[in-house]
Amino acid sequence: MNRWVPFEWIAALRFLREGRLQTLFIISGVSVGIAVIVFMSALLTGLQANLTKRVLSAQAHITLQPRDEIARPLRLGGKDVEMAIVQMPLQRVRSIDQWQGLVRVLQDDPAIVAVSPVAAGSALAVRGDATRAVSIVGIEPDSYFHIVRLPDNIVAGTVRLSSQDIVIGTELARYLGIGVGDRLTLTSGARTSGALTVTAIFDLGSRPVNERYVYIPLRTAQSLLDLIGGVTSIELTIADVYAAETVARRLQPMTGAAAYSWIATNAQFFSAVQAQSLSSAVIRLFVALSVALGIASVLVVSVIQRSKDIGILRAMGTSRGQTLRIFLIQGALIGLVGAVVGSLLGAGGLLFFHDHVRQADGSELIPLVFERSLFVAAALLATLTGVLAAMAPALRASRLDPVVAIRG
Amino acid sequence: MADDVLRLEKVRKSYNIGRPTETEILHGIDLTLGRGEFAALIGPSGSGKSTLLNIMGLLDRPTSGRLFVEGQDTSALGDRLLTRLRGRSIGFVFQHHLLITAFTALENVMMPMLVERGFPDAKMKKRALDLLTGLGLGQWQHNLANALSGGQQQRVAVARALAMEPALVLADEPTGNLDTKSAEGVFEMMREVNRKSGTSFLIVTHSLEIARGCDRIIELVDGQLVQAGAAPAAA
Ligand SMILES: Nc1ncnc2c1ncn2[C@@H]1O[C@H](COP(=O)(O)OP(=O)(O)OP(=O)(O)O)[C@@H](O)[C@H]1O
Ligand SMILES: [Mg+2]
Repeated sequence: MNRWVPFEWIAALRFLREGRLQTLFIISGVSVGIAVIVFMSALLTGLQANLTKRVLSAQAHITLQPRDEIARPLRLGGKDVEMAIVQMPLQRVRSIDQWQGLVRVLQDDPAIVAVSPVAAGSALAVRGDATRAVSIVGIEPDSYFHIVRLPDNIVAGTVRLSSQDIVIGTELARYLGIGVGDRLTLTSGARTSGALTVTAIFDLGSRPVNERYVYIPLRTAQSLLDLIGGVTSIELTIADVYAAETVARRLQPMTGAAAYSWIATNAQFFSAVQAQSLSSAVIRLFVALSVALGIASVLVVSVIQRSKDIGILRAMGTSRGQTLRIFLIQGALIGLVGAVVGSLLGAGGLLFFHDHVRQADGSELIPLVFERSLFVAAALLATLTGVLAAMAPALRASRLDPVVAIRG
Repeated sequence: MADDVLRLEKVRKSYNIGRPTETEILHGIDLTLGRGEFAALIGPSGSGKSTLLNIMGLLDRPTSGRLFVEGQDTSALGDRLLTRLRGRSIGFVFQHHLLITAFTALENVMMPMLVERGFPDAKMKKRALDLLTGLGLGQWQHNLANALSGGQQQRVAVARALAMEPALVLADEPTGNLDTKSAEGVFEMMREVNRKSGTSFLIVTHSLEIARGCDRIIELVDGQLVQAGAAPAAA
């Protein structure tokens, strides 16, 4: 007996130790439950982080654009509607009003991490006889690379964007049959760029993006799109990716521009992610519930088995509170030890899964994400579950009539 | 009367109160146990000996009447204070389930002190060891309780009952489960403790032999004490 360990803990530990098989089985049961929870949580976190990263690799968290031009119904004398059915006007490439001022305001917003103006539009990429429709994205590299991490996704060359440079995707390079150092021209409406040198080729993990997007300096894009001094959108990176929709709704009235969050743009993806999270939460809840019931049932039996011990302890002066704590501690210990073993099992399972379950091309299906917070949460939650599960048996033990217990 | 360890006044006990099966088991017991007394409580089976002992030991409450432990009236005390008083003033030896099997002999003897103080310490251990060696049980100190024979366990249980230096030890058929030789050993041990330290003993027994070895015999028949001074009826 260690003199730093209080009586209730000593008794709880001894009872568990004497329980042997019973203790072993319930801890194994809790471990399996916790392993499932840890495994599922980490798997889901990794999977979703991966998907989110992929979705966000070529996309800003929030994009500000000019509002759509709206055609108003023609009215007679202000009251009667002359033509009720109106056609949407053709949307021209338009600039955001006063965008420089807006950028400054946005840079001061605490929720926003990076701001970058973009001039985008469509054009044709021409290389000899080959022609391809592309989306040109005119950027200021310094600020834009905080929005889309282009330099992290380069497969050939190095990103350099002086006025005669261009960065293209892997698919486009393949179609046009060009590589780093080769030249191409861009044509948009009446205007044509000079010869642009490919300085780098990117792979942003999405075929449409690799096929269509080309990055050129903002100025080059502005002149190509006949948009001198203007930008078509302002792209934002924010601190909390998942708050994008809230931030977007706040920015809309503030800026007078239309704000689109990546969540709204990828609504389908997002509702799939949410459904996934919900179903996994439900599964985890029920696993936790069966863990709690397992602990409770083992302790109920233990209280009955130990009723004579409890009677003797009460006879020698053990209070109801002490008796209660002896069993609550047993619940907590079962939960905690189960959580530690279960976390190890879950992590082991994750490693195995990571090493043996691969995508068709042999690359990893899920990234290994071991967040310390997950294990801490699992331990805390399991301990708490253990205490709660032990509540009914512990109360029963504390209310045991010593006379009855001893007579038995 | 500060020299009384225990005093009962008109103690009655009924079971199943308010139900058709309500029965009164103890019909008004008046009894005083002095300091240092070594008494036997005898009587036929079902006469209420265990019931009376449990009330004396503060494990159960009388339906009416009063109980004083070392001069203190216990009728108004709540469960907490009763439990504490029980731990300090009274030691128990039971017929069955003698020791807690999850602990060693030494730890069992330490247990009442541990319960009271909350944390184990060296003094407790020393006291427990002194008790065990004083009673000739030192060689079993590290044995787990169920590795000892019934007689050995019961002697350790007596040592445990003495751990808090209680004023009174209540023993409910302490030798009922033991063979004659072990029973004698346990009884002799209690006698010696009483002689040396002056601890009072009240021993419930069916054995006339043991009753005759006590200084006083209290006889209970059908929930009433047989007049003091009357010769004990042959069992
Ligand atoms: N909890 C209870 N509820 C109802 N009746 C009880 C209860 N406990 C004891 N009794 C009854 O009270 C009576 C006295 O019981 P008690 O155990 O005190 O007798 P005893 O003298 O110790 O007998 P024995 O020598 O067999 O141990 C018995 O008739 C018993 O059935
Ligand atoms: Mg009895």
